[in-house]
Amino acid sequence: MILVYLILGFLIGIGLFINRNKTINNGLLVLFLMLQAVFTVYSCYRINVTELEYFTFDSLGIILLLTLSVIAIPSVIHSGIYIVKHNESAQSRGVYFSALVVLIISIGAGYLANHIAVTWIFTELTTLCASVLIYHHRNKLALEGTWKYVFICAISITFVFIGILFLSLSLEHAGSGDLTFKNLYENSKNLNPFWLRLAFLFIFTGFTAKLGLVPMFTAGIDAKDLAPAPAGALLASVLMSLGFVGIFRMYIVIANTPLHHWANLVIGIAAFLSLFVATVYMIKVKNIKRMLAYSGIEHMGLVMLGVAAGGVGYYAAVLHVVLHAFVKSSIFFQYNQLHRVFQSKSIYHVGNYFKYNATGAMVLLIGFISATAMPPSGLFVSEFLIFKALFEAHHIFILILVLLLLTMIIWAFGKNIFKILFISVVDFDDSNVPVISPWESVSQFVLLAAAIYLGLNPPAEFVQLINDSISLLPR
Amino acid sequence: MVDVLLITFLITLFYMAIANRLLTYIRVLAFQGVLLFAVVFIQLQEISTLNLVLILLETIIFKSLAVPIFLTYVLKRNKITREAEPFFPNFVSLIITTFIVVVTILLSNSIKDTHLDKIFFVVALSTLFFGLYIIASRRKIITHVMGYMVIENGVFVLSLAVGNEMPMLVNLGIMLDIFASVLILGIFLNKIGDVFKDVDVSQLTSLKDY
Repeated sequence: MILVYLILGFLIGIGLFINRNKTINNGLLVLFLMLQAVFTVYSCYRINVTELEYFTFDSLGIILLLTLSVIAIPSVIHSGIYIVKHNESAQSRGVYFSALVVLIISIGAGYLANHIAVTWIFTELTTLCASVLIYHHRNKLALEGTWKYVFICAISITFVFIGILFLSLSLEHAGSGDLTFKNLYENSKNLNPFWLRLAFLFIFTGFTAKLGLVPMFTAGIDAKDLAPAPAGALLASVLMSLGFVGIFRMYIVIANTPLHHWANLVIGIAAFLSLFVATVYMIKVKNIKRMLAYSGIEHMGLVMLGVAAGGVGYYAAVLHVVLHAFVKSSIFFQYNQLHRVFQSKSIYHVGNYFKYNATGAMVLLIGFISATAMPPSGLFVSEFLIFKALFEAHHIFILILVLLLLTMIIWAFGKNIFKILFISVVDFDDSNVPVISPWESVSQFVLLAAAIYLGLNPPAEFVQLINDSISLLPR
Repeated sequence: MVDVLLITFLITLFYMAIANRLLTYIRVLAFQGVLLFAVVFIQLQEISTLNLVLILLETIIFKSLAVPIFLTYVLKRNKITREAEPFFPNFVSLIITTFIVVVTILLSNSIKDTHLDKIFFVVALSTLFFGLYIIASRRKIITHVMGYMVIENGVFVLSLAVGNEMPMLVNLGIMLDIFASVLILGIFLNKIGDVFKDVDVSQLTSLKDY
């Protein structure tokens, strides 16, 4: 089935690229969404089955695949609105949608890959598609952003590859040459610690470009700023989860070796620095999209802190990744409507949004409450569990620092959001403000509600999937 | 013989550190491609014909011909001045390169591993760090790309070190190389040359946070 999915998906991608007819374009997109849905449902019934040798429908993969398929639908719809509102040419529409479709497919395949090299290949593919999306507007700024993204991603992909080479050296000591995660886990006791250490450092550094942690986070910020917001929503949510998958699967291997403590230290330092960087920029930043991107850095820092703390932190980390994907993507979907009203990305030129689009303003308000993890947001639950994990691991000092940083982030985020929502802009000419249909905000409300529901009252199957995905980690 | 080739490879790095003209950089890159092919030819004995053809394509055709020709073309078309414009004097560059090589030799001496040929490890790591140094210390975007190519060569040497056991990894490395280079060179260096007339990193600063 996965072969059918990949082939059909890529064919649809090619079809979108060649096609210039609007009806066929929409038909292909509907076909793709149906394919994605069928594949996701199919994968739910095939838990832990390996297909095509390199893909396993394991719990972590399925949770994230579900997230991806849910977010893919509004992403395609909002992209359609975006393309229509910008009067894009048929060619640019074709390129955009084909890159979007291939991006979704490669993220999905990357989630399910059970071999580190296959994960790596699909991560490479996401770089290619993402760069096409970032370069969508073909202006000077977009070019600069794309160049930085491509260059940094190319270097980090090279880093991951070097990590894989070291990993294979480490594995030779265990007398095996099979780089699947399962085999690595089974041989984790026999891996050579020196090479494993190097391998983990390189793989971790490489995947931080996708995950959005220090040191490679900068590329992602520019990408989310310059890509059209519906595509930016994917970059800011599910693509970050792909980085998480890469690091987390590798972490499971190293956590079962004597290097567990050392790996926690590495992850912890990177996570804390990310939180710090996010705080500093959140206070300074004046570009709304970049502010949202930095908020993503903050959340991924929290996720990795949860992983480093261990215990209940593992559960919280996976939960947080899923919920963050829903919340952040919904704010990004809303952003386009904001931009249509004010025609500016800068905080200075945006204000009193409630007056122009009350439904959209509600999305931003609820999105803000969700993203800053205030109750009843689902993220509140996962963040609370992360703090609990830090507390139980006796990292009180770090916990206090993290809480201080988070307070500053909430202040900075809140200051900007309330400015957008309530304070009117001086000399803003509102005679040409378009009327925005409340229907365009429905998908955002659904996503935000899903985040609240999954956090406060998670279905038993969902909890079971998360527990399965962390079952290989030492307690 | 392999040792001699690899040490020659290391020497090309020193030469690159003190080279002034961009054309020299390109020639060194081409020469490195030839060296890599020779190393592969001697090193990998149990290699299938198909694999050998692939590696030949990668090293000779791609690394020594296609990339240098394309870089020269970009240089000419965008009328990029021939100086490399480093931030540091050449003397400092030379010292830093020496430092990198000495550190990697010390590092590799601390490894007790029979599976690894140490000279491969030293050359690969030095090349890697040297490439990063080139990226950090030169002003033009095209030298960044050349720095990246040097990193790719280092990765290639590293993949050869483990390649006898796992030829799949060598192929993957080749794939990475071609994919990333085509992406960087083909699409963006071309475009960047069109849009930013004088290709200099100081022009790439309009994306700001405030």
